[in-house]
Amino acid sequence: MTNRRDFLKAGGVALGALAVGPEVLRAAPPVGGPSNGALAGYRPLPPVATDPATRELMMEALDAAKRAGASWADVRIGRNRNNSVNTREQQVTNVLESDTMGCGVRVLVDGCWGFAATQELTKAGVGAAAQEAAAIAKANRVAMGRRVELAPAPSLGDRTWRSSYTIDPFTVSLEEKVGLLLKANAEAMKAKNVRFVTSGLSFVKEERNYANTDGSVITQDYVRSWVTLAATAVSSDGFAQRGPEVVQPMGRGWEYVLEADVAGNALKWGEEAAEKLTAKSVDVGRYDLILHPSQLFLTIHESLAHPTELDRAMGYEANYAGTSFIAPPREVLGKLKLGSEMMNLVGNRNEVGALATIGYDDDGVQPDEFHIVKNGIFNDYQTTREQAPWLDWWYTQNGQQPRSHGCSYAQSWADVQFQRMPNVSLMPGEQDLSWDDMIAATDRGIAMIGRSSYSIDQQRYNAQFGAQLCYEIRGGKIVGQLKDVAYQMRTPDFWNAMDLIGGKSAYEFGGTFNDGKGQPSQANAVSHGCPPVRFRNINVINTGRQL
Amino acid sequence: MSRASDNRPVGRDFAFADGAPRRLLGAEARGVLAANGVLGREEAQALVERVVGMSKADAVSVSVQSGRETNLRFADNQMSTSGATTNTTVRIQSVFGRRKASVVTNDRTDAGLRRAVEQSEAIARLAPEDPEYLGELGPQTYAPVEAWFDSTAELSAEDRAKAALTALAPARASSDLTVAGFIVCDARATALGNSAGLFAYHRSTNANYTLTARTNDGTGSGWAAADDNDWTKLDFEAVAQQAIDKARRSRNPVAIEPGRYTVIFEPEATANLVSVMGGALQARSADEGRSAFSKPGGTKVGEKILDERVTLSSDPRDPLVLASPFDGEGMPLSRQVWVRNGVLEQLAYPRFWAQKQGKAPTGGAGSLRLEGGTASTEQLIASTERGVLVTRLWYLRAVDQRTLVYTGLTRDGTFLIENGKIARSIKNFRFNDSPLFMLNNLEGLGAAVRTAGGGSLVMPTLKVRDFNFTSLSDAV
Repeated sequence: MTNRRDFLKAGGVALGALAVGPEVLRAAPPVGGPSNGALAGYRPLPPVATDPATRELMMEALDAAKRAGASWADVRIGRNRNNSVNTREQQVTNVLESDTMGCGVRVLVDGCWGFAATQELTKAGVGAAAQEAAAIAKANRVAMGRRVELAPAPSLGDRTWRSSYTIDPFTVSLEEKVGLLLKANAEAMKAKNVRFVTSGLSFVKEERNYANTDGSVITQDYVRSWVTLAATAVSSDGFAQRGPEVVQPMGRGWEYVLEADVAGNALKWGEEAAEKLTAKSVDVGRYDLILHPSQLFLTIHESLAHPTELDRAMGYEANYAGTSFIAPPREVLGKLKLGSEMMNLVGNRNEVGALATIGYDDDGVQPDEFHIVKNGIFNDYQTTREQAPWLDWWYTQNGQQPRSHGCSYAQSWADVQFQRMPNVSLMPGEQDLSWDDMIAATDRGIAMIGRSSYSIDQQRYNAQFGAQLCYEIRGGKIVGQLKDVAYQMRTPDFWNAMDLIGGKSAYEFGGTFNDGKGQPSQANAVSHGCPPVRFRNINVINTGRQL
Repeated sequence: MSRASDNRPVGRDFAFADGAPRRLLGAEARGVLAANGVLGREEAQALVERVVGMSKADAVSVSVQSGRETNLRFADNQMSTSGATTNTTVRIQSVFGRRKASVVTNDRTDAGLRRAVEQSEAIARLAPEDPEYLGELGPQTYAPVEAWFDSTAELSAEDRAKAALTALAPARASSDLTVAGFIVCDARATALGNSAGLFAYHRSTNANYTLTARTNDGTGSGWAAADDNDWTKLDFEAVAQQAIDKARRSRNPVAIEPGRYTVIFEPEATANLVSVMGGALQARSADEGRSAFSKPGGTKVGEKILDERVTLSSDPRDPLVLASPFDGEGMPLSRQVWVRNGVLEQLAYPRFWAQKQGKAPTGGAGSLRLEGGTASTEQLIASTERGVLVTRLWYLRAVDQRTLVYTGLTRDGTFLIENGKIARSIKNFRFNDSPLFMLNNLEGLGAAVRTAGGGSLVMPTLKVRDFNFTSLSDAV
């Protein structure tokens, strides 16, 4: 088994690798960013520090919460910036910049939660929010059952952290952004029958300030980037699309967009859409599937990462996202076999460039790295400080101190934090198998690339996934594109059907900005690293119909 | 709260494509403000005029979202998180010739607004010309929609906690039940204005309650909900009774073979699948040959595409909807019929595409009403020899845009009907089917009601033959 830390240190992780077809393009910048040459002409990043005025407001909010009766409180003052540019063919359809700030205060009063958020960044404003949060907590005591108890977390004092970006996308000119997209659109339009192309750039920059009554004061600076392109081919055969998720979103900056080389790849994406128009409609049946990381990440996300959220397993999401087949904890921890020995699934918030990577979570905890599945056996859940004590018995049994894995997150200052997914990644196999090696080793199968239609039930048993590109494999070779392909699976059967796993050179990230959970619903940005994986004898349906 | 109930929730306030950063819209679309913090008409108008006055652009338009959202969650028979969020955001679009760009801020100080105006102007000057920019819309007349209820806007935390007890108390008193629920109240105002003299203002409140009861043996689950602009219209006891009853009746489901079944969809389930048509009714994609409503050389407008009992429309003044009387461009919205008696009557035209094609702008299918019939759910069941009763659908995703085939699953109360009666609880199914097939296979319709899963949807109970269930799920 690869030692995970060594693996990451070795720099074998193909950061920014793209799903662009069977000959996967691997952009592999050195960890830590591109060479100085690539930075020429861009502004250097200023240092990260907690602004004194922000600190003062946070202290005022915590004091006001304590005066109002809170036994514990935390406060977040955030600045959230978004920038997006959208185009179609040779025109720009939208340019939008958003910059909002505010303060969210969370309190515990007599074991009940209360939360309030305000945009009034004055002592009076944050004080009023703290009082309202406490008033809500007090009002809820009438309906309280058991008290909320938090796992202890050390006071961290003053901390700062910055995500791994080198060029701030908010300092890049609009001309440069528009130029990149329109050039890519023009390239995609060169493909036969490609009549429509849409593309977009989407950037997020957050300044996250956090303080709690344990004495931690944390300031973090975080950026994420996504470039999308969708090419639509139209002919008398109908229409077909490639994209829009042709490049994986990452927790990196403008340098990542440049590495993605959308203009250089766009013609190929267009041709893939065009080829789909006349692709053979799949014969239903059982096939060996080779899933590319750009497709597999979403299957990992839905079928393994969501059901191992402890709040789901305990029924806290029953009214919306659902519960979990990996429950109750006492019957599954250390017992449930989810896959073969080669299956190792790790939760972390430290993979360089991954979307859920962060220095400190929204409970004021420094996240750790933990095995969710170890050698095929279910080993641990994703947790927050509220949840970790629910598994005291398990950690004690394993000689560990109960502590949160650092999975608390709120999408902004305006929303209350709760348990959200860290990066949940499938570790590569010991043998360094490539995508091409795996195709060569397969007699009759389908290779699937790129996320498409995806649906799974509320306990995560039954799922159906499509792909942007499906290739028929015969005798170890790709013989052509297929259309109307989807696989239907039952999660435990599916993961136990994994029989070949790619190596560390084939390990890539897939991710999304928009994983939804909670009421009110919040979005979480998360990545999943994985190599390509082969699954034996999977049920494939044909989704084509005639109107 | 999700229209296409799923794991990337698309709530009624934030319908956006995956790929767009949510908060970009979130700050604006979810704007939340103290009942007292929600801007009134005069305050909103003054804010818009202040921004227009700061502008040095050829044209400027301003969109204000002001709101307060309060909520309470409970689960595992315990209280969970509860909160209140107030926020007002201002979106400023500056235009030079045909060059335009938008900036969103929630800083309403003079300095903050000026910064946002200047930033939008700086970016707009750099933007390429937008050939689809039509110029600012002049003043319009809107017939107001009375959608604001003080009962909802001025609700206290104590009121919400008491409401939660209507489910928590019976569940705690029982030995067989666990409940999870969510109460959310929203008070908001939307204002639009521009340098051509347009001003539009609408304010509304909404109260929504969803409840899931599960049996402690892990085999039964029932969902019920209520939604109204007026908090006092929500019947919390009735919701609790319905969810608990369904949870108990759905225990110990048996597996029956997937295949084609006669299915009775309760209104929420009807809404889950029919609502996907809303986004597909765009004239532009049909004209461009990439929609389920395209055909070689044109569109299907004027053709009978569905059962003759199907009439599908949008109307902000529908008393069961009470939506905004204007769209995001400031165009007044009136009743639009998309499908009348099974015939595709028209598709949706925003301003630009309407002008280009020489049509009248229609606004989008923001709300949807599927006209009902006269049958009660009991009558529809009684007339069914063998079929499936579905409470709601979950995790709908498009499988093929050419046919509007979607996949998804049944959830929280799925029953086998035999000889005109509910015979027993059955395991959930995955389906692969299209509302366009479903609404051609109609057997009967109940009365249309306002559904509670989000999205201004007024839908009836439907009885449909040959619905395509493709696999079984073990999920409860």
